[in-house]
Amino acid sequence: MLLLIQYTLIFASVLVLVALGGCFSEHSGVINIGLEGIMVMGALGGALMMKYLPAGVPAFLVILLVIIASVLVGMVFSLFLGVAAIQFKADQTLVGTALNLLGPAAAVVLVRAINTAESVDNVSSTVAYGQAKKSFIMNIGRFEFNWFMLIALLLLIAAYVVLYKTRFGLRLCACGEHPQAADSVGINVYKMRYAGVLISGGLGGLGGLVYITAGVSEWKFENGVAGFGFLALAVMIFGQWKPVNIGLAALLFGLFRALSNVYTGFDVLVALKIPSTVYNMLPYIISLVVLVFVSGKSRAPKAEGIPYDKGQR
Amino acid sequence: MHNKEQKKENILRNNGFQTIIASLLCIVIGLLIGYIVLLIINPGGAGKAILAIIKNFLYYPSAVAAMKYFGTTLVKASALLMCSLSVLFAYKVGLFNIGAAGQYVVGAGACLYFGLALGMPWYVCLVAAILVAALVGGISGALKAYFNVNEVISCIMLNWIGLYCVNMLLTQVKEQSTPYTRSLTSTNKSALLPTLGLDKLFSDNEFVTLGVLLAVIMAIAVWVILEKTKFGYELKATGMNKQAAKYCGMREKRNIILTMMIAGGLSGFGAGIFYLTGIEQWMVQQTSVPAMGFNGIAAAFLGGLHPIGTVFASYFIQHITSGGTYVDKTMYCTQISDLISAFIIYLCGFVLFFKIWLNRFLDKREEKQGAKEQKGGEA
Repeated sequence: MLLLIQYTLIFASVLVLVALGGCFSEHSGVINIGLEGIMVMGALGGALMMKYLPAGVPAFLVILLVIIASVLVGMVFSLFLGVAAIQFKADQTLVGTALNLLGPAAAVVLVRAINTAESVDNVSSTVAYGQAKKSFIMNIGRFEFNWFMLIALLLLIAAYVVLYKTRFGLRLCACGEHPQAADSVGINVYKMRYAGVLISGGLGGLGGLVYITAGVSEWKFENGVAGFGFLALAVMIFGQWKPVNIGLAALLFGLFRALSNVYTGFDVLVALKIPSTVYNMLPYIISLVVLVFVSGKSRAPKAEGIPYDKGQR
Repeated sequence: MHNKEQKKENILRNNGFQTIIASLLCIVIGLLIGYIVLLIINPGGAGKAILAIIKNFLYYPSAVAAMKYFGTTLVKASALLMCSLSVLFAYKVGLFNIGAAGQYVVGAGACLYFGLALGMPWYVCLVAAILVAALVGGISGALKAYFNVNEVISCIMLNWIGLYCVNMLLTQVKEQSTPYTRSLTSTNKSALLPTLGLDKLFSDNEFVTLGVLLAVIMAIAVWVILEKTKFGYELKATGMNKQAAKYCGMREKRNIILTMMIAGGLSGFGAGIFYLTGIEQWMVQQTSVPAMGFNGIAAAFLGGLHPIGTVFASYFIQHITSGGTYVDKTMYCTQISDLISAFIIYLCGFVLFFKIWLNRFLDKREEKQGAKEQKGGEA
């Protein structure tokens, strides 16, 4: 049971972070389908930082440096989307899809190049970071507390405050609802949209890092992040683009994702004799069902997906 | 002299010509970026590696071997072509079918199950692949039409659900000692697509079958349906403006579902003509969806969203993907071609901007020329 809670919380943290990323980007008016790719790149940045950090660095510093690395890489990668979608008015779905393909391919090429450079026989795409990962975890009794759970919670509160209580957040939302109106009162729509995309890149990158450190101590980059970026988008839609609802939605999805990891610990579930594949499918099936119920009265930002053109009324 | 200038301008203004130029630019820039990445990884062999990617089967010195591998590339390209037609068909109706990958997967599952477990002949297997894939596509379409579910997200979810289901289903027909399905050649020869003597053309490459021809025929069929029939016109109208289409008396919900079913069927067809040649067996422990469907997106956009252009674009994408296997593996990895095709998709996002820029540039030049002539006249 404890294990289930632990896994639920950690997967929910991933989903909260990435879904908040999507939320910021969409509130500014840019659909970020490329979160999956951004997650992979952020994870790569964090993993390489963990790999190259010398042993003996204090735990606090390790956490800080690794987070900075993955956030920065995620942001830089999200600029690909920003430049194409904001500056060049490209189709956001197409560019997002390109990011999803670009992220894993770039990560595999890079990791393999590093591995091959270390020894010619090593052609795997795996990065091991067992040592550094221990800094994230604190044991409270038998419960493995992961600092990222706290960070995700804090960022969730911060997102709520920023979106609804600050000038920046309200302006950001204005750019996603009616950019022409926002522009007419002197808000720089392009700047706001860049801000939205960059925040989503940073959060997405961080989410990727949390995902690969959840439970394992090495990551094979050929696997990518198994559709988590899209699950996060489903969480975001389920949460109706509102931070608090996103948090609750993420807990639900996290629970189903965690079940596939720990269902063997429950006698009731084992007795049902359902093949493990079904549990693997569960999060995806649930999200489809959930989407059916919530998409009808969707409160998506009105201008999302439409490139902003100053000359247009 | 003046007339000649005018003619040249006209070509530059031609939309089709602009598309071709834009696609070629995407290819060149994509390859250049690939080359730079190779240079960064290891400057020593970069030139040789990029040449290996571009040359693909020409890597073999003997004409016989080259022809054989040309055939293999063609077989893979024909499956890719079907996936990109699927993406293209949906995109013309305003839907982004990122589910081509998942539809391809269930198509593969269906045709292999019918061939291996039920012992059906190839045409039954092929139809099964098309129908099951169309069904999966139809689910996304119905969710979009009736519940307003974003088709991109529902497609991705179905990709994963499809992959796990197919893995489960095909575990029943796998070989005892390996994670691969039994081969069609040894289990059920009647499920193999007929070669029609095409294998002889490609140095007895038995994987070159009727499928390659069917894929090209389907490309032409898609073009005819979209451009020359009332049905295609209705679909495109629905894609441009759902409300307007409804107002004109078209059944917009039915059109959306039908589009996704056709798109799904096309992907399933691609899976059929690929797996029913026996060229590859399904690995039942696969943890990621095959890249075929995603590369289909690249090919569709690189082909300028025109079915005939897609034929060439699919071949090109497959050509460099296959070429990636010939790079020096002590220095680089085969995924470098995935990186190049991902970059090409990314660059395709700029095509619209490029066209606007080109037209603006031509306008300016014309204006200048006009002004010059006027001045000349006054003097």
